[in-house]
Amino acid sequence: MFSLKDLKPNFWNKRLWVSPPGASQYLFNYRRIWYLSILLTSTVALGPLIFITLVNYRVTEESIESEWLLRSSRTVSNTHRAISFFLTERRSALDFIVHDNHGKELSDPARLSTILENLKRSFGGGFLDLGLIDSAGKQISYVGPYELTDKDYSDQSWFEQVVDREFYISDVFLGYRNVPHLVIAVKQTCPDGKTFHVLRASIGIRPFEDLLSSLEIGGLGDAFMINHQGILQTNSHYHGRVLAQSSLPIPEPASTTRVIEGEDVGGETLFVGYRFIESTPFILMIVKRKSELLKAWYNTRMRLILFLVGSATFILAVITGMVTFMVNRVHVADERRLMSLHKMEYTNKMASIGRMAASVAHEINNPLAIIGENAGLIKDLFTFKEEYSKHEHLHKMIDPVLHSVARAGKITRRLLTFARNLDAAVEPVNLEETIREVLSFLNKEAEHRGIHIQVESLSDDMPVIQSDRGKLEQIFLNIINNAFAALADDGHLWIELARHGAEEVQIRFRDDGHGISPEDLEHIFEPFFSTKTDHGGTGLGLSITSNLTHEIGGRIQVESEVGKGTCFTIRLPMKLEAE
Amino acid sequence: MRVMLVDDEEELISALAERLILRGIDTEWFTCGLTALERVGSGCFDLVVLDVKMPRIGGLELRDKMRAVCPDMKFIFLTGYGSERDFLLATAREPNVCYLVKPVEIGVLLAEMKSLIESDGAKT
Repeated sequence: MFSLKDLKPNFWNKRLWVSPPGASQYLFNYRRIWYLSILLTSTVALGPLIFITLVNYRVTEESIESEWLLRSSRTVSNTHRAISFFLTERRSALDFIVHDNHGKELSDPARLSTILENLKRSFGGGFLDLGLIDSAGKQISYVGPYELTDKDYSDQSWFEQVVDREFYISDVFLGYRNVPHLVIAVKQTCPDGKTFHVLRASIGIRPFEDLLSSLEIGGLGDAFMINHQGILQTNSHYHGRVLAQSSLPIPEPASTTRVIEGEDVGGETLFVGYRFIESTPFILMIVKRKSELLKAWYNTRMRLILFLVGSATFILAVITGMVTFMVNRVHVADERRLMSLHKMEYTNKMASIGRMAASVAHEINNPLAIIGENAGLIKDLFTFKEEYSKHEHLHKMIDPVLHSVARAGKITRRLLTFARNLDAAVEPVNLEETIREVLSFLNKEAEHRGIHIQVESLSDDMPVIQSDRGKLEQIFLNIINNAFAALADDGHLWIELARHGAEEVQIRFRDDGHGISPEDLEHIFEPFFSTKTDHGGTGLGLSITSNLTHEIGGRIQVESEVGKGTCFTIRLPMKLEAE
Repeated sequence: MRVMLVDDEEELISALAERLILRGIDTEWFTCGLTALERVGSGCFDLVVLDVKMPRIGGLELRDKMRAVCPDMKFIFLTGYGSERDFLLATAREPNVCYLVKPVEIGVLLAEMKSLIESDGAKT
């Protein structure tokens, strides 16, 4: 199963590994190098990308917003013009009528009726009624659905206004029959200069509503009119019915179209375009919901963000992959270099040990020979000469001296052999003999700890192989040393030699020591892996053993069970090709 | 049998000589190769035991010089363990070079001496 663990690169968890002296700073630094590289590269790669995207985003957002504002503004302006024109048109009509007809004519209800019909026909509905009022404020004549003849308007504020300003436009109100309408009135001063007539007409709000609803306003828009007190003059979709109080705040007076941002009762942002319609009590309001308007922008924005996230992810993935790859390579190269250095160090060490051993052995051999010879002479004197034959006691003391000389001689000879064999050379090697020779180095320790060692050839015809004796001795010494370290006192070590096929031999080193855990087993041949770091292990022994084995064309394997024991198996070619 | 011993270690060579004398072998010993050479000049020996590594004149060179004086002399070389290889390399082309590795057991030396002397007798 592919798991996150597989993604971890080799250099990540090097806690298992022993830091070689002086190089501990390397092993942890790989992680740091990895982090720093990724951080730096990502910043440089993604920084500008993100920055530019953000700038782009802001600019686009602002430009879209400003475009909408402009559009709103334009719509309001255009609509305002239409409404203003509508009102002006009707006012002018009344103006014309009042100038074109004498007061007397207009007092005639029949004439008024005709005029009203004509008005209705020419101006497509809207005019509801028509009435003439004299200077005293009394309704002289009236045509229309209401019963207003003889009504007195003298004390009404609108009358005063129309007297004052020559015309009057009212806000919308609910008149008789609960139909919302407004009133336009124009004044015509009589030729005598003192009296005047006021022609008054009611206009339904349908035309306004038709006009406003014919507007194409996106964004769940609402177009309606309010008066200066905020009372709705037409029906709106979302902000109240006619003659209700608008739910929006009354805008500031202004002489031009304004578009402002506001909030509705639900907290949603709105674009409110308004225009005070001059000479009327009306304010045109066109309200759009910002969120609706910007829906298209939001889609684009989403795509932009997705793109950014997508490319950033991709870039990061590539960077991470590349950096991981590179750091891995660096790590591998470093490891190899360290290994090489250590191998060289090891070889040099072995060489100087060899030289030293040789020279020490040599130096010792000379005095040894003198001791031996003189002791031998003393013994001869005791044997050959009559006068010394009585000194039995002294005679007996010579033998221990001679034995010790022989023993010392053996040891120096072994040392010299080992040292000599460190030079690479291919020669006939008797494996059993070589193993026994190596064991002789460790005899004392084995005896002391009660370790039982058994060497046996499982095949009858164990061949003498062609190989490098020096390397074999090092390999065997290393493995046996490791076995000794794992064994408890009184433990066993079995060494078995056998043929393996036609071209190979096999040597097995089996012990009943404490064994190796499966986790350690994985790493056991790796350089710098050691379970003995607390007592001076360098972790190089088995790695070098493995290298040496490969150098002489062989293979090495290990099996182990914790608590039961370990078994090292070495396979060697019978004939090593000399380089 | 008349035997000459040459080795720069006096303590070694004097003891060895005495041991041979105790066994009835006529032995003379020298610590200096040149002195030994002079001695040969005044009379040949049957066998010479030479140390290979000596100051001023080495064993092999000494042998060659002695052979020039007494062609029939037999030679046994004594060599240290470490220099065995070098010695073998140096005498690779020669057949039948006798050598023993120090420290030498008296029995081994006697056997070697005996076989050398007798082998010559068998030849003729």
